[in-house]
Amino acid sequence: MEDLVIKLVLAGIMFFGVLNLAGLHTWIERKQSAVMQDRIGANRADILGFTVLGLFHPIADAVKMFTKEDIVPEGADRVLHTLAPFFSVFFALVAFAGIPFGDHVVWGDRVIDLQVAKLDAALLYIFAMLSLGVYGVILAGFASRNNYALLGGLRATAQMISYEIALGIAIIGVILVYGTLDLQELVRGQGTYLAGGWIPLWGIVVQPVAFFVFLTAALAETKRVPFDLPEGESEIIGYFVEYSGMKFGMFFLADFLETILVACLTTTLFFGGWQVPYLMPDGFHFPWGATIPLSQWTYVLLGVASFSVKVLAFCWLFMQIRWTLPRFRYDQLMRLGWLGLFPISVVNVFVTALVLTFF
Amino acid sequence: MAANVKVMRRPELTFWEKTYLPQILSGLKITSAHFFRNLFLHAAHSVGLLKHIPAAVTFQYPEILRPLAMRFRGRHRLTVRDEGTPRCVGCMLCETVCPAKCITIVAGEHPDPNVEKYPVRFDIDLGVCVYCGYCVEVCPEDAIRMDTGIVDIAAYSRGAMQLDIHELMNPKLRKPLTEQNCTLKFPHECRLTPGHVKGDWNQVYGDTQSAPK
Repeated sequence: MEDLVIKLVLAGIMFFGVLNLAGLHTWIERKQSAVMQDRIGANRADILGFTVLGLFHPIADAVKMFTKEDIVPEGADRVLHTLAPFFSVFFALVAFAGIPFGDHVVWGDRVIDLQVAKLDAALLYIFAMLSLGVYGVILAGFASRNNYALLGGLRATAQMISYEIALGIAIIGVILVYGTLDLQELVRGQGTYLAGGWIPLWGIVVQPVAFFVFLTAALAETKRVPFDLPEGESEIIGYFVEYSGMKFGMFFLADFLETILVACLTTTLFFGGWQVPYLMPDGFHFPWGATIPLSQWTYVLLGVASFSVKVLAFCWLFMQIRWTLPRFRYDQLMRLGWLGLFPISVVNVFVTALVLTFF
Repeated sequence: MAANVKVMRRPELTFWEKTYLPQILSGLKITSAHFFRNLFLHAAHSVGLLKHIPAAVTFQYPEILRPLAMRFRGRHRLTVRDEGTPRCVGCMLCETVCPAKCITIVAGEHPDPNVEKYPVRFDIDLGVCVYCGYCVEVCPEDAIRMDTGIVDIAAYSRGAMQLDIHELMNPKLRKPLTEQNCTLKFPHECRLTPGHVKGDWNQVYGDTQSAPK
Protein backbone atom coordinates (compact mmCIF):
# COMPACT_ATOMS: atom_id res chain seq x y z
CA MET A 1 0.00 0.00 0.00
CA GLU A 2 2.72 2.44 0.97
CA ASP A 3 4.70 1.45 -2.10
CA LEU A 4 1.71 2.30 -4.23
CA VAL A 5 1.36 5.71 -2.63
CA ILE A 6 5.06 6.42 -3.12
CA LYS A 7 4.90 5.38 -6.76
CA LEU A 8 1.79 7.46 -7.29
CA VAL A 9 3.53 10.49 -5.79
CA LEU A 10 6.57 9.93 -8.00
CA ALA A 11 4.37 9.54 -11.07
CA GLY A 12 2.48 12.67 -10.04
CA ILE A 13 5.70 14.69 -9.77
CA MET A 14 6.88 13.44 -13.16
CA PHE A 15 3.50 14.10 -14.81
CA PHE A 16 3.21 17.51 -13.26
CA GLY A 17 6.64 18.54 -14.44
CA VAL A 18 6.44 17.03 -17.89
CA LEU A 19 2.91 18.12 -18.80
CA ASN A 20 3.49 21.65 -17.55
CA LEU A 21 6.74 21.87 -19.45
CA ALA A 22 4.97 20.58 -22.57
CA GLY A 23 2.28 23.21 -22.15
CA LEU A 24 4.91 25.86 -21.60
CA HIS A 25 6.65 24.74 -24.77
CA THR A 26 4.00 26.52 -26.83
CA TRP A 27 5.00 29.67 -25.00
CA ILE A 28 8.73 28.90 -25.23
CA GLU A 29 8.39 28.23 -28.93
CA ARG A 30 6.71 31.54 -29.61
CA LYS A 31 8.86 33.64 -27.33
CA GLN A 32 12.20 32.07 -28.16
CA SER A 33 11.65 32.30 -31.88
CA ALA A 34 10.52 35.90 -31.42
CA VAL A 35 13.54 36.89 -29.36
CA MET A 36 15.85 35.19 -31.84
CA GLN A 37 14.26 37.06 -34.72
CA ASP A 38 14.24 40.51 -33.07
CA ARG A 39 10.52 40.34 -32.42
CA ILE A 40 8.40 40.52 -29.25
CA GLY A 41 6.25 37.42 -29.55
CA ALA A 42 2.76 36.69 -28.29
CA ASN A 43 2.05 39.15 -25.47
CA ARG A 44 -1.63 40.12 -25.74
CA ALA A 45 -3.61 37.49 -23.82
CA ASP A 46 -4.38 39.01 -20.46
CA ILE A 47 -6.28 38.18 -17.30
CA LEU A 48 -7.58 41.34 -15.58
CA GLY A 49 -5.04 43.40 -17.46
CA PHE A 50 -2.03 41.31 -16.53
CA THR A 51 -0.17 39.76 -19.44
CA VAL A 52 2.91 38.32 -17.62
CA LEU A 53 5.12 38.06 -20.71
CA GLY A 54 2.37 36.34 -22.66
CA LEU A 55 2.29 33.39 -20.26
CA PHE A 56 -1.51 33.22 -20.54
CA HIS A 57 -1.30 32.29 -24.20
CA PRO A 58 -0.91 28.56 -23.48
CA ILE A 59 -4.14 28.79 -21.43
CA ALA A 60 -5.87 30.65 -24.23
CA ASP A 61 -4.56 28.00 -26.63
CA ALA A 62 -5.96 25.21 -24.49
CA VAL A 63 -9.35 26.91 -24.26
CA LYS A 64 -9.35 27.39 -28.02
CA MET A 65 -8.37 23.78 -28.70
CA PHE A 66 -11.05 22.39 -26.39
CA THR A 67 -13.84 24.55 -27.74
CA LYS A 68 -13.07 24.14 -31.41
CA GLU A 69 -15.28 21.96 -33.57
CA ASP A 70 -14.03 18.41 -33.79
CA ILE A 71 -14.31 17.24 -37.38
CA VAL A 72 -14.07 13.62 -38.44
CA PRO A 73 -13.92 13.44 -42.22
CA GLU A 74 -16.61 11.57 -44.09
CA GLY A 75 -15.55 8.00 -44.81
CA ALA A 76 -12.82 8.08 -42.18
CA ASP A 77 -12.47 5.23 -39.72
CA ARG A 78 -14.05 6.89 -36.70
CA VAL A 79 -12.49 4.60 -34.10
CA LEU A 80 -8.95 4.71 -35.44
CA HIS A 81 -9.24 8.39 -36.23
CA THR A 82 -10.07 9.06 -32.59
CA LEU A 83 -7.57 6.56 -31.26
CA ALA A 84 -4.53 7.85 -33.18
CA PRO A 85 -3.86 11.04 -31.18
CA PHE A 86 -4.36 9.11 -27.93
CA PHE A 87 -1.73 6.62 -29.05
CA SER A 88 0.70 9.40 -29.81
CA VAL A 89 0.29 11.09 -26.45
CA PHE A 90 0.05 7.86 -24.45
CA PHE A 91 3.30 6.34 -25.66
CA ALA A 92 5.12 9.65 -25.36
CA LEU A 93 3.91 9.98 -21.76
CA VAL A 94 4.50 6.45 -20.47
CA ALA A 95 8.08 6.54 -21.72
CA PHE A 96 8.86 9.07 -19.00
CA ALA A 97 8.34 6.37 -16.38
CA GLY A 98 11.81 5.05 -17.08
CA ILE A 99 13.65 8.36 -16.65
CA PRO A 100 15.47 8.73 -13.32
CA PHE A 101 15.22 12.33 -12.16
CA GLY A 102 17.16 12.06 -8.93
CA ASP A 103 19.28 9.81 -6.73
CA HIS A 104 17.61 7.53 -4.19
CA VAL A 105 16.18 8.93 -0.99
CA VAL A 106 16.60 7.01 2.24
CA TRP A 107 13.40 7.50 4.23
CA GLY A 108 13.13 5.44 7.39
CA ASP A 109 14.12 1.93 6.35
CA ARG A 110 13.03 2.58 2.78
CA VAL A 111 15.22 3.38 -0.20
CA ILE A 112 13.19 5.27 -2.76
CA ASP A 113 14.68 5.67 -6.20
CA LEU A 114 13.51 8.89 -7.83
CA GLN A 115 12.33 7.07 -10.92
CA VAL A 116 8.69 6.22 -11.55
CA ALA A 117 9.29 2.66 -12.70
CA LYS A 118 12.48 1.05 -11.51
CA LEU A 119 13.17 -1.22 -14.45
CA ASP A 120 16.33 -3.22 -15.07
CA ALA A 121 15.93 -2.54 -18.78
CA ALA A 122 14.57 1.00 -18.56
CA LEU A 123 16.47 2.02 -21.66
CA LEU A 124 14.89 -0.75 -23.74
CA TYR A 125 11.49 0.15 -22.32
CA ILE A 126 11.85 3.79 -23.32
CA PHE A 127 12.96 2.88 -26.82
CA ALA A 128 10.10 0.43 -27.14
CA MET A 129 7.65 3.20 -26.22
CA LEU A 130 9.33 5.63 -28.60
CA SER A 131 8.96 3.07 -31.39
CA LEU A 132 5.32 2.44 -30.58
CA GLY A 133 4.71 6.16 -30.93
CA VAL A 134 4.91 5.69 -34.68
CA TYR A 135 1.59 3.83 -34.54
CA GLY A 136 -0.21 7.04 -33.63
CA VAL A 137 1.29 8.71 -36.65
CA ILE A 138 0.61 5.97 -39.18
CA LEU A 139 -2.91 5.42 -37.83
CA ALA A 140 -3.63 9.13 -38.12
CA GLY A 141 -2.53 9.11 -41.72
CA PHE A 142 -4.37 5.89 -42.50
CA ALA A 143 -7.65 6.58 -40.70
CA SER A 144 -8.12 10.08 -42.10
CA ARG A 145 -9.00 8.74 -45.55
CA ASN A 146 -7.02 11.51 -47.11
CA ASN A 147 -4.25 10.70 -49.54
CA TYR A 148 -2.09 13.56 -48.35
CA ALA A 149 -2.46 12.46 -44.75
CA LEU A 150 -1.59 8.90 -45.74
CA LEU A 151 1.51 10.07 -47.59
CA GLY A 152 2.48 12.13 -44.58
CA GLY A 153 2.00 9.13 -42.33
CA LEU A 154 4.16 6.99 -44.61
CA ARG A 155 6.87 9.65 -44.70
CA ALA A 156 6.77 9.80 -40.92
CA THR A 157 6.98 6.02 -40.59
CA ALA A 158 9.88 5.72 -43.00
CA GLN A 159 11.72 8.52 -41.24
CA MET A 160 11.13 7.26 -37.72
CA ILE A 161 12.09 3.68 -38.55
CA SER A 162 15.22 4.79 -40.39
CA TYR A 163 16.43 6.98 -37.58
CA GLU A 164 15.48 4.57 -34.83
CA ILE A 165 18.20 2.24 -36.09
CA ALA A 166 20.90 4.89 -35.84
CA LEU A 167 19.44 5.94 -32.50
CA GLY A 168 19.51 2.40 -31.12
CA ILE A 169 23.02 1.63 -32.33
CA ALA A 170 24.36 4.95 -31.05
CA ILE A 171 23.37 4.14 -27.49
CA ILE A 172 24.96 0.67 -27.66
CA GLY A 173 28.30 2.46 -27.25
CA VAL A 174 27.05 4.05 -24.04
CA ILE A 175 25.66 0.75 -22.80
CA LEU A 176 29.01 -0.92 -23.50
CA VAL A 177 30.91 1.70 -21.53
CA TYR A 178 28.68 1.67 -18.45
CA GLY A 179 27.67 -1.99 -18.72
CA THR A 180 24.01 -1.56 -17.77
CA LEU A 181 20.57 -0.98 -19.24
CA ASP A 182 19.24 0.34 -15.95
CA LEU A 183 19.17 4.10 -16.36
CA GLN A 184 19.57 4.74 -12.64
CA GLU A 185 22.73 2.61 -12.60
CA LEU A 186 23.86 4.26 -15.81
CA VAL A 187 23.61 7.68 -14.21
CA ARG A 188 25.44 6.45 -11.10
CA GLY A 189 28.15 5.12 -13.40
CA GLN A 190 28.63 8.66 -14.67
CA GLY A 191 29.57 9.81 -11.16
CA THR A 192 33.20 8.72 -11.43
CA TYR A 193 36.01 11.03 -12.47
CA LEU A 194 38.89 11.06 -14.90
CA ALA A 195 42.19 12.93 -14.94
CA GLY A 196 42.79 13.05 -11.22
CA GLY A 197 39.17 13.81 -10.41
CA TRP A 198 38.86 16.84 -12.68
CA ILE A 199 36.70 15.55 -15.53
CA PRO A 200 33.43 13.81 -14.66
CA LEU A 201 33.03 10.59 -16.64
CA TRP A 202 29.87 11.66 -18.40
CA GLY A 203 28.64 10.02 -21.58
CA ILE A 204 29.70 12.98 -23.71
CA VAL A 205 33.32 12.54 -22.53
CA VAL A 206 33.59 8.85 -23.37
CA GLN A 207 31.18 8.72 -26.31
CA PRO A 208 31.29 12.06 -28.16
CA VAL A 209 30.54 10.49 -31.55
CA ALA A 210 27.61 8.59 -30.17
CA PHE A 211 26.37 11.87 -28.68
CA PHE A 212 26.23 13.62 -32.05
CA VAL A 213 24.64 10.63 -33.77
CA PHE A 214 22.11 10.28 -30.95
CA LEU A 215 21.29 13.98 -30.94
CA THR A 216 20.70 14.07 -34.69
CA ALA A 217 18.66 10.87 -34.76
CA ALA A 218 16.68 11.93 -31.71
CA LEU A 219 15.85 15.27 -33.30
CA ALA A 220 14.61 13.34 -36.32
CA GLU A 221 12.45 11.24 -33.99
CA THR A 222 10.73 14.33 -32.65
CA LYS A 223 9.52 15.19 -36.17
CA ARG A 224 10.37 18.85 -35.82
CA VAL A 225 12.34 21.14 -38.12
CA PRO A 226 14.83 20.34 -39.71
CA PHE A 227 13.28 16.86 -39.82
CA ASP A 228 9.63 17.92 -40.12
CA LEU A 229 8.90 16.20 -43.41
CA PRO A 230 6.04 14.20 -41.85
CA GLU A 231 4.32 17.45 -40.91
CA GLY A 232 5.56 20.18 -43.23
CA GLU A 233 2.86 22.56 -42.00
CA SER A 234 3.57 25.20 -44.59
CA GLU A 235 3.34 23.21 -47.80
CA ILE A 236 3.60 19.41 -47.97
CA ILE A 237 0.92 18.86 -45.28
CA GLY A 238 1.32 15.86 -43.08
CA TYR A 239 -0.49 13.11 -41.30
CA PHE A 240 -2.67 15.30 -39.05
CA VAL A 241 -4.17 17.41 -41.82
CA GLU A 242 -7.64 15.99 -41.09
CA TYR A 243 -7.49 16.69 -37.36
CA SER A 244 -8.97 19.65 -35.57
CA GLY A 245 -9.62 20.82 -32.07
CA MET A 246 -8.01 19.00 -29.17
CA LYS A 247 -7.20 15.94 -31.29
CA PHE A 248 -4.86 18.11 -33.26
CA GLY A 249 -3.72 19.61 -29.98
CA MET A 250 -2.80 16.14 -28.76
CA PHE A 251 -0.51 15.60 -31.74
CA PHE A 252 0.99 18.95 -30.96
CA LEU A 253 1.38 17.94 -27.32
CA ALA A 254 2.93 14.61 -28.35
CA ASP A 255 5.49 16.54 -30.38
CA PHE A 256 6.48 18.62 -27.39
CA LEU A 257 6.45 15.59 -25.10
CA GLU A 258 8.81 13.81 -27.46
CA THR A 259 11.09 16.84 -27.48
CA ILE A 260 11.18 16.78 -23.69
CA LEU A 261 11.69 13.01 -23.66
CA VAL A 262 14.64 13.36 -26.01
CA ALA A 263 16.04 16.13 -23.83
CA CYS A 264 15.65 13.85 -20.77
CA LEU A 265 17.32 10.95 -22.60
CA THR A 266 20.22 13.07 -23.81
CA THR A 267 20.71 14.37 -20.30
CA THR A 268 20.53 10.90 -18.78
CA LEU A 269 22.76 9.16 -21.29
CA PHE A 270 25.36 11.79 -22.07
CA PHE A 271 25.24 14.56 -19.49
CA GLY A 272 25.23 12.72 -16.23
CA GLY A 273 21.48 12.77 -15.52
CA TRP A 274 21.04 14.13 -12.02
CA GLN A 275 24.78 14.21 -11.35
CA VAL A 276 26.27 17.50 -10.26
CA PRO A 277 30.01 17.73 -10.91
CA TYR A 278 32.04 16.93 -7.79
CA LEU A 279 28.89 16.27 -5.72
CA MET A 280 29.01 13.00 -3.76
CA PRO A 281 26.17 11.72 -1.56
CA ASP A 282 27.78 13.41 1.47
CA GLY A 283 28.59 16.74 -0.15
CA PHE A 284 30.97 18.41 -2.58
CA HIS A 285 34.47 16.97 -2.99
CA PHE A 286 36.38 19.31 -5.25
CA PRO A 287 39.46 17.99 -7.03
CA TRP A 288 41.61 20.69 -5.42
CA GLY A 289 40.83 19.21 -2.04
CA ALA A 290 38.05 21.43 -0.68
CA THR A 291 34.90 19.76 0.62
CA ILE A 292 31.43 21.11 1.48
CA PRO A 293 29.36 18.65 3.51
CA LEU A 294 25.64 18.58 2.66
CA SER A 295 22.62 16.84 4.14
CA GLN A 296 20.95 14.03 2.25
CA TRP A 297 17.93 16.11 1.24
CA THR A 298 20.08 18.95 -0.08
CA TYR A 299 22.04 16.43 -2.10
CA VAL A 300 18.90 14.88 -3.60
CA LEU A 301 17.30 18.24 -4.33
CA LEU A 302 20.50 19.49 -5.95
CA GLY A 303 20.42 16.39 -8.11
CA VAL A 304 16.79 16.97 -9.17
CA ALA A 305 17.59 20.63 -9.85
CA SER A 306 20.63 19.65 -11.89
CA PHE A 307 18.53 17.24 -13.95
CA SER A 308 15.85 19.87 -14.54
CA VAL A 309 18.37 22.51 -15.56
CA LYS A 310 20.05 20.16 -18.01
CA VAL A 311 16.72 19.13 -19.51
CA LEU A 312 15.69 22.77 -19.87
CA ALA A 313 19.02 23.59 -21.48
CA PHE A 314 18.47 20.85 -24.05
CA CYS A 315 14.91 21.99 -24.66
CA TRP A 316 16.39 25.41 -25.35
CA LEU A 317 18.98 23.93 -27.71
CA PHE A 318 16.39 21.91 -29.61
CA MET A 319 14.19 24.97 -29.96
CA GLN A 320 17.17 26.99 -31.14
CA ILE A 321 17.99 24.33 -33.75
CA ARG A 322 14.36 24.19 -34.78
CA TRP A 323 14.30 27.93 -35.50
CA THR A 324 17.73 28.04 -37.11
CA LEU A 325 17.83 25.29 -39.71
CA PRO A 326 15.75 24.84 -42.85
CA ARG A 327 14.09 21.54 -43.64
CA PHE A 328 15.93 18.63 -45.23
CA ARG A 329 14.93 17.30 -48.60
CA TYR A 330 13.59 13.76 -48.35
CA ASP A 331 16.52 12.15 -50.21
CA GLN A 332 18.95 14.12 -48.05
CA LEU A 333 17.11 12.90 -44.98
CA MET A 334 17.35 9.25 -46.02
CA ARG A 335 20.96 9.64 -47.12
CA LEU A 336 21.90 11.23 -43.80
CA GLY A 337 20.16 8.48 -41.88
CA TRP A 338 21.34 5.42 -43.79
CA LEU A 339 24.66 6.51 -45.29
CA GLY A 340 25.73 8.93 -42.58
CA LEU A 341 24.51 8.17 -39.10
CA PHE A 342 24.06 4.41 -39.45
CA PRO A 343 27.67 3.56 -40.51
CA ILE A 344 29.11 6.07 -38.06
CA SER A 345 27.19 4.53 -35.17
CA VAL A 346 28.22 0.99 -36.20
CA VAL A 347 31.89 2.00 -36.41
CA ASN A 348 31.51 3.72 -33.05
CA VAL A 349 30.20 0.52 -31.48
CA PHE A 350 33.09 -1.48 -32.98
CA VAL A 351 35.74 0.95 -31.81
CA THR A 352 34.18 1.13 -28.36
CA ALA A 353 34.04 -2.64 -28.11
CA LEU A 354 37.69 -2.99 -29.24
CA VAL A 355 38.88 -0.35 -26.80
CA LEU A 356 36.93 -1.93 -23.94
CA THR A 357 38.25 -5.41 -24.79
CA PHE A 358 41.94 -4.56 -25.15
CA PHE A 359 42.48 -1.75 -22.67
CA MET B 1 31.32 25.06 -77.55
CA ALA B 2 31.79 28.75 -78.06
CA ALA B 3 35.05 30.16 -76.80
CA ASN B 4 33.54 32.56 -74.34
CA VAL B 5 31.45 30.02 -72.48
CA LYS B 6 32.75 29.60 -68.99
CA VAL B 7 31.85 26.34 -67.31
CA MET B 8 31.12 26.77 -63.63
CA ARG B 9 31.72 23.56 -61.75
CA ARG B 10 29.80 22.99 -58.56
CA PRO B 11 32.43 23.39 -55.83
CA GLU B 12 33.31 20.15 -54.11
CA LEU B 13 32.54 20.20 -50.41
CA THR B 14 35.28 19.15 -48.06
CA PHE B 15 34.63 16.29 -45.69
CA TRP B 16 34.14 18.69 -42.81
CA GLU B 17 31.57 20.65 -44.79
CA LYS B 18 29.77 17.47 -45.83
CA THR B 19 29.01 16.72 -42.19
CA TYR B 20 26.87 19.91 -42.17
CA LEU B 21 28.30 20.65 -38.73
CA PRO B 22 30.23 23.89 -39.48
CA GLN B 23 27.22 25.49 -41.14
CA ILE B 24 24.86 24.32 -38.41
CA LEU B 25 27.18 25.72 -35.78
CA SER B 26 27.64 29.05 -37.53
CA GLY B 27 23.88 29.30 -37.97
CA LEU B 28 23.34 28.55 -34.32
CA LYS B 29 25.98 31.14 -33.48
CA ILE B 30 24.06 33.86 -35.32
CA THR B 31 20.66 32.98 -33.88
CA SER B 32 22.04 32.51 -30.37
CA ALA B 33 23.86 35.84 -30.55
CA HIS B 34 20.56 37.52 -31.41
CA PHE B 35 18.75 35.53 -28.74
CA PHE B 36 21.08 36.44 -25.89
CA ARG B 37 21.49 40.05 -27.01
CA ASN B 38 17.73 40.55 -27.15
CA LEU B 39 17.15 38.60 -23.94
CA PHE B 40 19.64 40.85 -22.16
CA LEU B 41 18.02 43.97 -23.61
CA HIS B 42 14.50 42.82 -22.73
CA ALA B 43 15.66 42.15 -19.19
CA ALA B 44 17.33 45.57 -19.03
CA HIS B 45 14.21 47.26 -20.42
CA SER B 46 12.02 45.60 -17.80
CA VAL B 47 14.01 47.37 -15.07
CA GLY B 48 14.14 50.62 -17.02
CA LEU B 49 17.71 50.46 -18.33
CA LEU B 50 19.06 50.87 -21.88
CA LYS B 51 15.70 51.96 -23.17
CA HIS B 52 17.33 53.75 -26.10
CA ILE B 53 18.56 50.45 -27.61
CA PRO B 54 15.56 48.59 -29.03
CA ALA B 55 15.42 44.84 -28.47
CA ALA B 56 12.95 44.25 -31.27
CA VAL B 57 12.48 45.79 -34.67
CA THR B 58 8.71 45.42 -34.45
CA PHE B 59 6.22 48.12 -33.41
CA GLN B 60 3.46 47.32 -30.94
CA TYR B 61 0.93 48.47 -33.49
CA PRO B 62 -2.23 49.86 -31.96
CA GLU B 63 -0.27 51.64 -29.22
CA ILE B 64 2.77 52.65 -31.24
CA LEU B 65 2.45 53.63 -34.89
CA ARG B 66 5.23 53.27 -37.37
CA PRO B 67 6.50 56.62 -38.63
CA LEU B 68 4.91 57.34 -41.99
CA ALA B 69 6.65 58.80 -45.01
CA MET B 70 5.88 62.47 -45.73
CA ARG B 71 4.21 61.57 -49.01
CA PHE B 72 2.16 58.71 -47.53
CA ARG B 73 -1.41 58.76 -48.81
CA GLY B 74 -3.83 57.97 -46.00
CA ARG B 75 -7.43 58.92 -45.36
CA HIS B 76 -8.60 62.10 -47.11
CA ARG B 77 -9.51 65.36 -45.50
CA LEU B 78 -11.00 68.61 -46.76
CA THR B 79 -9.01 71.66 -45.81
CA VAL B 80 -10.90 74.41 -44.04
CA ARG B 81 -10.99 78.22 -44.32
CA ASP B 82 -10.57 80.41 -41.24
CA GLU B 83 -14.29 80.76 -40.78
CA GLY B 84 -14.89 77.00 -40.82
CA THR B 85 -16.09 76.45 -44.36
CA PRO B 86 -14.39 74.09 -46.80
CA ARG B 87 -11.80 75.50 -49.18
CA CYS B 88 -13.42 73.40 -51.86
CA VAL B 89 -15.06 75.46 -54.61
CA GLY B 90 -17.01 72.57 -56.08
CA CYS B 91 -15.15 72.61 -59.41
CA MET B 92 -15.65 68.84 -59.84
CA LEU B 93 -12.04 68.31 -61.01
CA CYS B 94 -11.39 65.60 -58.41
CA GLU B 95 -14.67 63.87 -59.15
CA THR B 96 -13.78 63.93 -62.82
CA VAL B 97 -10.21 62.72 -62.48
CA CYS B 98 -11.00 60.00 -59.95
CA PRO B 99 -10.26 56.67 -61.68
CA ALA B 100 -12.34 54.75 -59.18
CA LYS B 101 -15.27 57.19 -59.32
CA CYS B 102 -15.55 57.21 -55.57
CA ILE B 103 -16.13 60.97 -55.10
CA THR B 104 -19.59 62.48 -55.19
CA ILE B 105 -19.94 66.28 -55.04
CA VAL B 106 -23.09 68.33 -55.06
CA ALA B 107 -22.17 71.98 -55.50
CA GLY B 108 -24.12 74.89 -54.07
CA GLU B 109 -23.94 78.67 -54.46
CA HIS B 110 -21.52 80.45 -52.18
CA PRO B 111 -22.54 83.94 -50.96
CA ASP B 112 -19.04 85.24 -51.81
CA PRO B 113 -19.01 86.05 -55.56
CA ASN B 114 -15.24 85.43 -55.66
CA VAL B 115 -15.79 81.85 -54.52
CA GLU B 116 -18.96 81.18 -56.51
CA LYS B 117 -19.47 77.55 -55.45
CA TYR B 118 -18.96 75.27 -52.50
CA PRO B 119 -19.85 71.61 -51.81
CA VAL B 120 -23.26 71.07 -50.29
CA ARG B 121 -22.35 67.45 -50.25
CA PHE B 122 -18.91 65.84 -50.53
CA ASP B 123 -18.75 62.03 -50.23
CA ILE B 124 -15.85 59.65 -50.69
CA ASP B 125 -16.48 55.93 -50.72
CA LEU B 126 -13.27 54.51 -49.24
CA GLY B 127 -14.38 51.01 -50.14
CA VAL B 128 -13.95 52.03 -53.78
CA CYS B 129 -11.06 54.48 -53.46
CA VAL B 130 -7.72 53.25 -54.79
CA TYR B 131 -5.65 55.86 -52.91
CA CYS B 132 -4.01 57.07 -56.11
CA GLY B 133 -3.89 60.66 -54.90
CA TYR B 134 -5.08 62.14 -58.20
CA CYS B 135 -7.74 64.16 -56.38
CA VAL B 136 -5.01 65.83 -54.35
CA GLU B 137 -2.87 66.47 -57.43
CA VAL B 138 -5.67 67.93 -59.46
CA CYS B 139 -7.19 70.25 -56.87
CA PRO B 140 -6.55 73.89 -57.78
CA GLU B 141 -7.52 75.14 -54.31
CA ASP B 142 -5.48 72.74 -52.13
CA ALA B 143 -8.88 71.78 -50.74
CA ILE B 144 -8.35 68.02 -50.44
CA ARG B 145 -5.36 66.33 -48.91
CA MET B 146 -4.46 62.79 -47.91
CA ASP B 147 -2.15 63.72 -45.03
CA THR B 148 -4.20 62.62 -42.03
CA GLY B 149 -1.89 59.65 -41.42
CA ILE B 150 -4.93 57.49 -40.72
CA VAL B 151 -4.13 53.98 -41.92
CA ASP B 152 -6.57 51.81 -39.99
CA ILE B 153 -9.40 52.24 -42.47
CA ALA B 154 -11.55 49.22 -41.87
CA ALA B 155 -15.22 48.62 -41.25
CA TYR B 156 -17.73 45.84 -40.89
CA SER B 157 -19.95 47.10 -43.70
CA ARG B 158 -19.64 48.88 -47.03
CA GLY B 159 -21.82 51.66 -45.69
CA ALA B 160 -19.38 52.36 -42.90
CA MET B 161 -16.64 52.92 -45.48
CA GLN B 162 -18.48 55.91 -46.95
CA LEU B 163 -17.22 59.22 -45.65
CA ASP B 164 -19.33 62.33 -45.88
CA ILE B 165 -18.46 65.98 -45.44
CA HIS B 166 -18.44 65.78 -41.63
CA GLU B 167 -15.73 63.18 -41.48
CA LEU B 168 -13.79 64.71 -44.34
CA MET B 169 -13.65 68.11 -42.64
CA ASN B 170 -12.93 66.64 -39.22
CA PRO B 171 -10.67 63.55 -39.55
CA LYS B 172 -10.96 62.88 -35.82
CA LEU B 173 -14.58 61.78 -36.26
CA ARG B 174 -15.06 58.04 -36.29
CA LYS B 175 -18.18 56.05 -37.03
CA PRO B 176 -20.80 55.61 -35.74
CA LEU B 177 -21.74 59.29 -35.94
CA THR B 178 -24.75 60.94 -34.35
CA GLU B 179 -26.42 64.29 -34.91
CA GLN B 180 -24.29 65.74 -32.13
CA ASN B 181 -21.21 65.21 -34.31
CA CYS B 182 -22.48 67.80 -36.81
CA THR B 183 -20.65 71.07 -36.10
CA LEU B 184 -20.91 72.47 -39.62
CA LYS B 185 -22.62 75.87 -39.80
CA PHE B 186 -22.87 76.43 -43.57
CA PRO B 187 -25.80 74.88 -45.46
CA HIS B 188 -25.02 71.26 -46.26
CA GLU B 189 -26.90 68.06 -46.97
CA CYS B 190 -26.49 66.61 -43.52
CA ARG B 191 -26.52 62.85 -43.78
CA LEU B 192 -26.55 62.58 -40.01
CA THR B 193 -30.13 63.94 -40.11
CA PRO B 194 -31.41 62.12 -43.18
CA GLY B 195 -32.77 64.25 -45.96
CA HIS B 196 -32.33 67.62 -44.28
CA VAL B 197 -30.26 70.50 -45.45
CA LYS B 198 -28.83 71.94 -42.28
CA GLY B 199 -26.98 75.15 -41.57
CA ASP B 200 -27.21 78.75 -42.67
CA TRP B 201 -24.67 81.23 -43.99
CA ASN B 202 -25.85 83.62 -41.26
CA GLN B 203 -24.33 81.31 -38.72
CA VAL B 204 -21.01 81.57 -40.54
CA TYR B 205 -20.87 85.30 -41.25
CA GLY B 206 -23.08 86.66 -38.42
CA ASP B 207 -25.79 88.07 -40.75
CA THR B 208 -26.18 88.41 -44.49
CA GLN B 209 -25.37 92.15 -44.43
CA SER B 210 -21.82 91.59 -43.23
CA ALA B 211 -21.26 88.66 -45.54
CA PRO B 212 -18.65 89.29 -48.23
CA LYS B 213 -20.29 90.64 -51.33
